[in-house]
Amino acid sequence: MSIFVDQETRLVVQGITGREGSFHARQMLEYGTALVAGVTPGKGGQQFDGQVPIFNTVADAVARTGANVSVVYVPPAVAAGAVMEAADAGISLIVCITEGVPVLDMARAMPFVRARGSRLIGPNCPGLITPGQSKVGIIPGNICAPGRVGLVSRSGTLTYEVVNHLTRNGIGQSTCVGIGGDPIIGTNFIDCLRAFQDDPGTDAIVMLGEIGGTDEQHAAAYVKEHVSKPVVGFIAGQTAPKGRRMGHAGAIISGSSGTAEEKLAAFAAAGIGVMRRPVDVVASLRSRL
Amino acid sequence: MNLHEYQARMLLKAAGIPTFDGDVASTPSEVEAIARRIGGKVVIKAQVHAGGRGKAGGVKLADNPAAAADHASQILGMTIKGLMVHKVLVVPAADIATESYVGLIMDRETQRPVFMVSAAGGVDIEEVAATSPEQITRLPVDPVYGLLPHQALTLAFRLYQEFSHVRAAARIMEQLYSVFTANGASLAEINPLVTTPDGRVVALDAKMVIDDNELDRRPDLAICRDETAEEPSEVAARRANLSFIKLDGDVGCVVNGAGLAMATMDLVKYYGGEPANFLDIGGSSSPEKVINALKIITSDPNVKAILFNIFGGITRTDDVANGIVAATSQFKVSVPIVIRLTGTNEAEAIRILEGVGMRALSDMDQAVAQVVQLARGAA
Repeated sequence: MSIFVDQETRLVVQGITGREGSFHARQMLEYGTALVAGVTPGKGGQQFDGQVPIFNTVADAVARTGANVSVVYVPPAVAAGAVMEAADAGISLIVCITEGVPVLDMARAMPFVRARGSRLIGPNCPGLITPGQSKVGIIPGNICAPGRVGLVSRSGTLTYEVVNHLTRNGIGQSTCVGIGGDPIIGTNFIDCLRAFQDDPGTDAIVMLGEIGGTDEQHAAAYVKEHVSKPVVGFIAGQTAPKGRRMGHAGAIISGSSGTAEEKLAAFAAAGIGVMRRPVDVVASLRSRL
Repeated sequence: MNLHEYQARMLLKAAGIPTFDGDVASTPSEVEAIARRIGGKVVIKAQVHAGGRGKAGGVKLADNPAAAADHASQILGMTIKGLMVHKVLVVPAADIATESYVGLIMDRETQRPVFMVSAAGGVDIEEVAATSPEQITRLPVDPVYGLLPHQALTLAFRLYQEFSHVRAAARIMEQLYSVFTANGASLAEINPLVTTPDGRVVALDAKMVIDDNELDRRPDLAICRDETAEEPSEVAARRANLSFIKLDGDVGCVVNGAGLAMATMDLVKYYGGEPANFLDIGGSSSPEKVINALKIITSDPNVKAILFNIFGGITRTDDVANGIVAATSQFKVSVPIVIRLTGTNEAEAIRILEGVGMRALSDMDQAVAQVVQLARGAA
């Protein structure tokens, strides 16, 4: 079992002929993801690598291939538009990898996506993977293994670091979700916690947060009330200075709010196992399983 | 990107928000000329990206143009919180009846622009929020419809009783919302918004922050960036497309990915060291990026040892290895380098490094512990 993506996932890649889109489309095909369509306006009717049909619009791709999940690799200035196009075409899960999307664009796109009943993951995220079933985005498939631990994270390579520790220690994953490092994102920690709690294939949950905002604090309160499965958590940015954007647009301590200490304290108060180092994930999980 | 007060003021003025007459200057003689044109008493305000300018002596009242020039010669060139003052804003010393606060921020929780207004203006709004939050009114704006007329009026009624003031303030709220959205701001603040004895409502001070993600499509705003107000190493890093922040420690860090970069800094601290910087070389790292990263880090005299922490996913570790080899052959790196890399093309990367007598570790904790020890040994 898993959350959000599985063997039923039929993927369309928006921006499949671009540099990033084509590279990752090949990686996803190689992994075994059911990549059924690509979209690049003006290139409709062509084939990607001789095996994936390209369409001019997402609506065409859905009508002809039954695609139900999309992944977006288009440039930042047109990313919010691509997300809304996918929602308009009835795509139920939209994963936006693009980094650098203007925040106001996302503020306008979010109500549109919600009104159509779609879920957005990202932007500025590595996507998600259900090991052995479906990889949507850029998480390297070879470091993951099927199993029963769910992982949700605001970052990319830190996720890989932690997943690598899990896999090497024989702890497989149900689904790994990167929710993205931007201030406005479509899916937050609570959405993922709820899904993992409801997933019979998940026994425990790893949360990788970082400085900035209050998402982790709300998530901690949610865990206390609604999550019966063991949860362990990490916060990156314990040494980050205030008021500086640490790479991710959302990773900034504004005033005195959004610090690592505040988030770690919220974790501890909610009974979440606090990891001081990425490597601690294994011991922390084992002590709770 | 932070705008200076004089830049934010220009945007507000262009949108029709009433401001006092005034101009920006970079020499005492320019200040004198502006003061003469304005006439009467003027205020000279340092233009730096730091709060508490007044307390630091960066805001001065002058009775006449000669005094204005005199004050300007002291303010220009002074440093406030480590930032050199290159420009001052000269405005008339206005008669003020009341001071209030009007701010608009992009709020993460509601995912909307949120107005914050308070009749308690002219002070640090974070302080008001902490001590008497009931004095602040918050209103999220639906970005699809914008600020509706009744919402603008509701906000204005929180600030004033006099209906002429309310009407003027409501119009300013609408104009501020336009400035915010038209320029892709993440914050736009008028603090204080003042009333004058003759009944006008005027923006006395302005602050704006532009969303960095907007700058690619807004070259007109991108030129507002004041590189003299930044660390030279951070300017060089941005030009090289690296995400870099200088810190005070002595362990230089080169990492791929922002989350892993932060976690690496934290681990340096965990093992008893202090990170010298945050540096994310990004996903698709060419050897050139590595060379630029090493140049920037080695230009910091505090750096005693350098750590590479690369988790190859999209990033090819052999690209990074080639960059390290190229950089160390181009210029001398006089501090020890510890390299941790794992993931995509790891075997090839290790072969490249071993070819020049360098070693790579695969474990992050081991590498961090080692680099901290080397930095300590050198200190």
